[in-house]
Amino acid sequence: MQVEVSGSAVISLLVDNESGALARIVELFSGRGYNIQSLTVAPVDEHGHTSRVNIVTTGTQSSIRQVKTQLERLVPVSRVVNLTAEGPYVAREMALVKVVSSGEPRTEALRIAQAFRARAVDTTASSFVFELTGSTDKLDSFIELMRPLGLVEVSRTGVASICRGPQTIQNF
Amino acid sequence: MTRTTGSTTLDAQTTTTLPGAEVLLRALVEQGVEVIFGYPGGAVLPIYDALFKQNHIRHVLVRHEQAAVHAAEAYARSTGKVGVVLVTSGPGATNAVTGLLDAMMDSIPLVCLSGQVPTPLIGNDAFQEADTTGITRPVTKYNYLVRKPEDLAPAVHEAFAIARSGRPGPVLIDLPKNITVGDAPYVEAHAVTPRTTRMGSQPDRAAITRAVAAMKAGKRPLFYTGGGVINSGPQASAALRRLVELTGFPVTSTLMGLGAFPGTDQRFLGMLGMHGTYEANLAIHGCDVLIALGSRFDDRVTGRLDAFSPSSFKIHVDIDPSQINKIVHVNEGIVGDVGQIIDLMIEEWEKQPAYAHKSDLDAWWTQIESWRALDCLRFGQDKAPDAVIKPQQAIQRIYELARQTGRDTYVSTEVGQHQMWAAQFFRFDAPNRWLTSGGLGTMGYGLPAAVGAQIAHPDALVMDIAGEASTLMNIQELGTIAQYRLPVKIFIINNHYMGMVRQWQELLHGSRYSESYSDALPDFVKLAESFHATGLRVTRLDELDATIQKALEHNGPVLVDICVAEGENCFPMIPSGAAHNQMILGPEQEASSATISKEGQMLV
Repeated sequence: MQVEVSGSAVISLLVDNESGALARIVELFSGRGYNIQSLTVAPVDEHGHTSRVNIVTTGTQSSIRQVKTQLERLVPVSRVVNLTAEGPYVAREMALVKVVSSGEPRTEALRIAQAFRARAVDTTASSFVFELTGSTDKLDSFIELMRPLGLVEVSRTGVASICRGPQTIQNF
Repeated sequence: MTRTTGSTTLDAQTTTTLPGAEVLLRALVEQGVEVIFGYPGGAVLPIYDALFKQNHIRHVLVRHEQAAVHAAEAYARSTGKVGVVLVTSGPGATNAVTGLLDAMMDSIPLVCLSGQVPTPLIGNDAFQEADTTGITRPVTKYNYLVRKPEDLAPAVHEAFAIARSGRPGPVLIDLPKNITVGDAPYVEAHAVTPRTTRMGSQPDRAAITRAVAAMKAGKRPLFYTGGGVINSGPQASAALRRLVELTGFPVTSTLMGLGAFPGTDQRFLGMLGMHGTYEANLAIHGCDVLIALGSRFDDRVTGRLDAFSPSSFKIHVDIDPSQINKIVHVNEGIVGDVGQIIDLMIEEWEKQPAYAHKSDLDAWWTQIESWRALDCLRFGQDKAPDAVIKPQQAIQRIYELARQTGRDTYVSTEVGQHQMWAAQFFRFDAPNRWLTSGGLGTMGYGLPAAVGAQIAHPDALVMDIAGEASTLMNIQELGTIAQYRLPVKIFIINNHYMGMVRQWQELLHGSRYSESYSDALPDFVKLAESFHATGLRVTRLDELDATIQKALEHNGPVLVDICVAEGENCFPMIPSGAAHNQMILGPEQEASSATISKEGQMLV
């Protein structure tokens, strides 16, 4: 048997906004031993009946195909698209990053934040909270750079994703 | 969090408002429900009160909620209808969990109604409160907690649609007491659009064409059929017979698929897998085209995966897309109802150029016949009148004598050696007659399953082939059998051991029979009598036939304690971690035995 390489995939779902729907999805991952790296969920239609769930998962191609078909079995799930497999897509997340420092590290933190186009959404004499939106990689490198400059706390949203071009999740 | 069910179109003028429990029963009647298996309790009293006041639905009182689910499973499997269960909140619902998972694994359509504490009390650790939807989420196809009266009827209608559509399975509806007591609007089924409609798609004709082309190119083909053929309905079994007739290919079946193809037909090789026949397992190992129809490549079937059917082109037909390429990579996956796809395969087979490998197929059959000549199920029974009965002898004679009655026969089993022997020796002519716990392997399944089958088919011969250990797990159902005067025949193949555990301990754990001896057994004859049934016991070979006859002829419930040889093992056996061509055969067939690796020990 050939060994398949593991990779990460962004999966987007449309689900009925009902009690237990998210639990079904999350339990499917834990029950079958799949991995969730990040998860976002929020209603996306005007009546609040439908939510979009974005999951970043890792696994071999065949295990990710399994994840997709298993998700499609869930009654409240109306759409499952593996954006990574289906073509170009945008995946962005937001982070709030708290840095507590003074003197040169504080100045340096502010300088890097400007280079990353992060906004300081809260400022005190000894701290900043930066808000930064972008790809997971960009957020990761920003956080790495902040680490020696007084990074004390991070809050991230997980990935929101959408395919590029006029195509929508509905017409895959 | 606004909706719990599919969309409904409420017509204000035709809406009737009734107490919730009556809405529930009306919806059940509209769904064609005739029988409910259940057990009352505080949270479902309003439903029981409504049941008391009506005549459309018959309630069968079981003695344990697990048994209610197994009875409903057998009812469903033997009739093709959706089985219905009614249990109370808390322990009622948790007792049902094993049965629900059993139905989930074996794709049995069920609707389980559970009571719940009133909605204002949910989350307060109220008396007999359980997070039933949370607990049953992974063991059901879908579940509901009905929080609003207007959701009640639509939930029931959608639940039935979900249970029976696609790959069937169990659905649970949790019903808070204030919902069943208070008024609710009745909504008719046609006004509900179940979300199952999202799934329907037509089978891929091009894939069927390619699959049939591969079948036409096959020199050593094999059909490997499963429970999906049974679930698809009797017309799928009929179509399978036509396809086999047309192609002349051999057929093997999984445990769950037995009966889809006649067991007595020459082209049937018997069951495959861990305790499958020599010829079926060697055929699956050696075939060049494998056509899997409604089967799911379970580990009990595949054995060691990297050695599974190594040189075959694999075609897999299943209604559940997630089964395709889940365990074994296949060359052609076709999603859809297996009966419909078999019909399309027949159409395609007749359209494509004639099969050109007849001589190769004949050679393949010659090969298969040489394997069959080993007679892998043969066992050595001492013929002395007072000889100890071999379990295989008992099961074979039960089969033969039951067949002689000419009656329509339904067979349930518990789980273990006796189950595998029954699967090997019983040859079913028709689908829906074989009731066994395949995927979950639930000990205690057989007795309540016999209850369900006999309720569904009051005039049929219903037998439970049991082990003494398994059957004790739900022995209380003798009470149900007595109450409803069900003429069920229970044959306990009593070897004083949890036989399959004992067998594995002998083969894998140095014959250290750790906790597998059935000590302090009850006197089964007296036990039967105490439950108003007839109890029989047989210990000698010369009394076996007469005892079985007597049981079959008696018009009430009979429990037969067949005392058999204690040390018999079930063969052939593919030890875990071994391939299909590494079977252990019985002492009668004495062939090379595979050594069980450490890895195999872990596979269990």
